[in-house]
Amino acid sequence: MATAVEVVKDTPFTISGRTFRSRLMVGTGKYRDNPTMVHAIEASGAEIVTVAVRRVSLDRTKEEGVLYHLDATRLFLLANTAGCYTAEDAIRYARLAREAGFNDFVKLEVIGDQETLLPDTQGLLQAARTLVKDGFKVLAYTNEDLVTALRLEDAGVAAVMPLASPIGSGLGLLNPYSVRLIKRRLQVPVVVDAGVGTASDACITMEQGVDGILMNTALAAAQEPVAMAHAMRLAVEAGRAAFLAGRMPRREIAMPSSPLGGMLD
Amino acid sequence: MNETVSVVVNGEPRAVARDATLLELLGALALDPRSVVVEHNRRIVRRPALGDVRVAPGDAIELVHFVGGG
Repeated sequence: MATAVEVVKDTPFTISGRTFRSRLMVGTGKYRDNPTMVHAIEASGAEIVTVAVRRVSLDRTKEEGVLYHLDATRLFLLANTAGCYTAEDAIRYARLAREAGFNDFVKLEVIGDQETLLPDTQGLLQAARTLVKDGFKVLAYTNEDLVTALRLEDAGVAAVMPLASPIGSGLGLLNPYSVRLIKRRLQVPVVVDAGVGTASDACITMEQGVDGILMNTALAAAQEPVAMAHAMRLAVEAGRAAFLAGRMPRREIAMPSSPLGGMLD
Repeated sequence: MNETVSVVVNGEPRAVARDATLLELLGALALDPRSVVVEHNRRIVRRPALGDVRVAPGDAIELVHFVGGG
């Protein structure tokens, strides 16, 4: 079936030599139940899904691991180091995640502040350097600071993941200028992570030219997560297509769309 | 073999058979070794080696897996 999407000439979305179909990545946390999570992931079209590393519940009072519900042969599991406040902890979690045996990618988070969950960029850089040396493909969650992004690229990360706004806040893209700047200056993929609240946020974010978006709460905390996942899929595609299409220049005054001539006396 | 020693598994003290291997510990906990990653005194023990490493009193063992997260 011919679709309008075929007129969009895009480059493949590749991270560290691995190409992905979807520019939307989704998390697996905070869903009200597992079937909703599974359906939302499917509706989002995402191929990359994030997971966290935690202790097994020995008394079985909590539910089984997330892999019980996900088809790891169809999805690309991206482990995170969420909850880590030091480089040492993040490195430890990353190594445990890799040992699970799926891949050597890690979404590196080193959190610096409990209230905002903003990254500790010093710890992040330190952990990134160690993990890159250790063979990891590091996707580094960071703030929208160009210099930190450049340092991360120098450290050899596979992708830089600036935030749109704080994790779980749903405040949308607060600093489009900085995200655009980061994208313009970096060679590695730029994937905006955290803060997207609804479809327009995702669309505006993709219109900045970034390579992709990662979101979790925007889906999990929507009234209808599966429907929102569908909306996000469309929004990411629309925003990407609009970026590639190149928007018209902004004007301060009106310009008529209809001919000025041919008017009646 | 009734003699047990105390180790710490996921932060909780737990009695295990003296000289039990990590693989035996997982069995006692009814955990599938393919579904967990084992850290023994801060060192990751790869799956093929789980049957070779024996626990000693006071050992710290962490058993982790993937859960939902962003």
